[in-house]
Amino acid sequence: MSKYTEDDLKKELETKEYEYGFYTDIESDTFPTGLNEDIIRAISAKKEEPEWLTNWRLDAYRKWAQMEEPDWANVNYQKPDFQAISYYSAPKKVDPNKTLDDVDPELLKTFEKLGISLDEQKKLSGVAVDVVVDSVSVATTFKKTLAEKGIIFCSISEAIKDHPELVKKYLGTVVTKTDNYYAALNSAVFTDGSFCYIPKGVRCPMELSTYFRINQSGTGQFERTLVVADESSYVSYLEGCTAPSRDENQLHAAVVELIAMDDAEIKYSTVQNWFPGDAAGKGGVYNFVTKRGLCEKNAKISWTQVETGSAVTWKYPSCVLKGNNSVGEFYSIAVTNNYQQADTGTKMIHLGKNTKSTIISKGISAGKSQNSYRGLVQISPRAENARNFSQCDSLLMGNECGAHTFPYIEAKNKTAQIEHEATTSKIGEDQIFYCNQRGIDTEKAIALIVNGFSKEVLNKLPMEFAVEAQKLLEISLEGSVG
Amino acid sequence: MLEIKNLHASIDEKEILKGLNLSVKAGEVHAIMGPNGAGKSTLASVVAGKEDYEVTEGSIELEGENIDELGADERAHQGVFLSFQYPVEIPGVSVTNFIKTAINETRKARGLEDMPARDMLKKIKEKSELLEIDSKFLSRSLNEGFSGGEKKRNEIFQMAMLEPKVAILDETDSGLDIDALRIVANGVNKLKSEDNAVIVITHYQRLLDYIVPDFVHVLHDGKIVKSGTKELALELEEKGYDWIKAAL
Repeated sequence: MSKYTEDDLKKELETKEYEYGFYTDIESDTFPTGLNEDIIRAISAKKEEPEWLTNWRLDAYRKWAQMEEPDWANVNYQKPDFQAISYYSAPKKVDPNKTLDDVDPELLKTFEKLGISLDEQKKLSGVAVDVVVDSVSVATTFKKTLAEKGIIFCSISEAIKDHPELVKKYLGTVVTKTDNYYAALNSAVFTDGSFCYIPKGVRCPMELSTYFRINQSGTGQFERTLVVADESSYVSYLEGCTAPSRDENQLHAAVVELIAMDDAEIKYSTVQNWFPGDAAGKGGVYNFVTKRGLCEKNAKISWTQVETGSAVTWKYPSCVLKGNNSVGEFYSIAVTNNYQQADTGTKMIHLGKNTKSTIISKGISAGKSQNSYRGLVQISPRAENARNFSQCDSLLMGNECGAHTFPYIEAKNKTAQIEHEATTSKIGEDQIFYCNQRGIDTEKAIALIVNGFSKEVLNKLPMEFAVEAQKLLEISLEGSVG
Repeated sequence: MLEIKNLHASIDEKEILKGLNLSVKAGEVHAIMGPNGAGKSTLASVVAGKEDYEVTEGSIELEGENIDELGADERAHQGVFLSFQYPVEIPGVSVTNFIKTAINETRKARGLEDMPARDMLKKIKEKSELLEIDSKFLSRSLNEGFSGGEKKRNEIFQMAMLEPKVAILDETDSGLDIDALRIVANGVNKLKSEDNAVIVITHYQRLLDYIVPDFVHVLHDGKIVKSGTKELALELEEKGYDWIKAAL
């Protein structure tokens, strides 16, 4: 935590509004609004995709057109008008060779403002970054270092060109293209995203990191991420997201698929601070995301997420524990303030024997927000000795917010052991007074209490992310107790 | 050091303190005794600046400065410390992290830089030894699952770290066994100096065997009704409070 100084925090806290709310003026190449088969063909053509993928997209689109937008989540919002969205937006000046020197200097400034440095500093801290601005991956660093180990880390568009056999083999195998409404939409129109392949027995020597950002107004971002960890390999993958503030709602419908083969391990961490809308509830990102991982024998997948942004969140990173002795973990902090709504949780599907899952969910609600945990633990008839432990804690600030817990348990094997614990607490005035009496002002006291509450999850994040996450928690709850 | 004049304070429109006067000089130890409901804890909370209480009349001065309008955190920055009767739990926040934050926030308010990590560690080590606190204890969540004795020892540890001008110990002896009492009292005695003052709120004479007061006051119905030296405490122990009430 040494890099995190009081001064940094002070500076952050002085910025009262959403701090990533700037808009970069770069010329972009944007499609007309609307969605139909021609648009999908155009996206596919623009990206010079093989025919099988064009057809795959079209198939997804046709299925999607038949589907209904789900409304079972505990959220209320104006349904997006899918014909009013532009489905492709790429910064114009991107050089296909993608060296940093070729990148639009304006864009580099954007990265600077975001605090992403694609320079030596980052190299020293051992983070490889793949940046997705709107829909096209702009720069991928460290490709060479990774290539020496046989690791492929690139945008999914490049992967489609350079490693079509891998993409074709795994794309849509964990989240099928008709899995749900938004997954189908994503399958039809996804423009970019990240691809990662770790070969057999390789331990990825650095954290792989992707930074997503929605820049262009009126564009939806539909990114697609596919991570494949071959037998006995290991990878830790970080994903960060921001969006400039706008007063209309932006749609973000991503799909992330993870595949952990026998004895492999994937750690997937997300810090999400998409624009949550202003204090009156105007604007903000609709974050409708499907994330799922498949575990083969003895494999392990950990999802860790810190969610502070988005106006509406609908997200359930899940694990399919197919192989015997496989392990799934879900660690989550979801913060809602003002008029934000979050319906988030996980699904742990136990198919193999001796499979184990752990769910730690921390929900923090402030303002007039609504924060729901929704989780499914499913034990199939064949899953002998499956075990699950779930803990869902809610922290409330003020009297106008809501915390909800919807745990679903389906156990079809009587050897299953399932534990569920839930607590709800409120930041007490006596806690605040105690801190005040020790010279800690109320804002700082809340930050301290919230960090304490979230500690079990923060501890699961890679160090560099943990610091950022901690600051985000403080910023997003600022001013929430008067 | 601390000058309380004609203090009236109420909570939910109910008056608890009804014209209290108290003058505490640097280097002094004052004991405040009295029956349940006399207003002892209220006095502690009001001096510390708890917002639930409304001061309707009178004033509180610290080193000649009126602190009535200051928030609890600002009073702490000025050197007011309250050892709580019931310290609250803050899950996930370690004893060390909490005290570090408290010290650095106080320094910030005084226009100082953060205390260098090495000095902080040294100070933590020194003060925890004074109170016979094990280093494992320092990484536990604040007050969570602490025994009564551990909670009170931790309060005095924080006092030792923050080095206040005026420390109010609100029933620090309650819930302590004799060994813990001795450690806590010993800690307080070592922290006492010519530059600070201690106000001990207690029901019992027992604590005053260890922390010897210069003055003893009896609080009854929101006012100090009798003051004396340490002998008064012994007399109270023997006779109870009824004779004082009867004399009013």
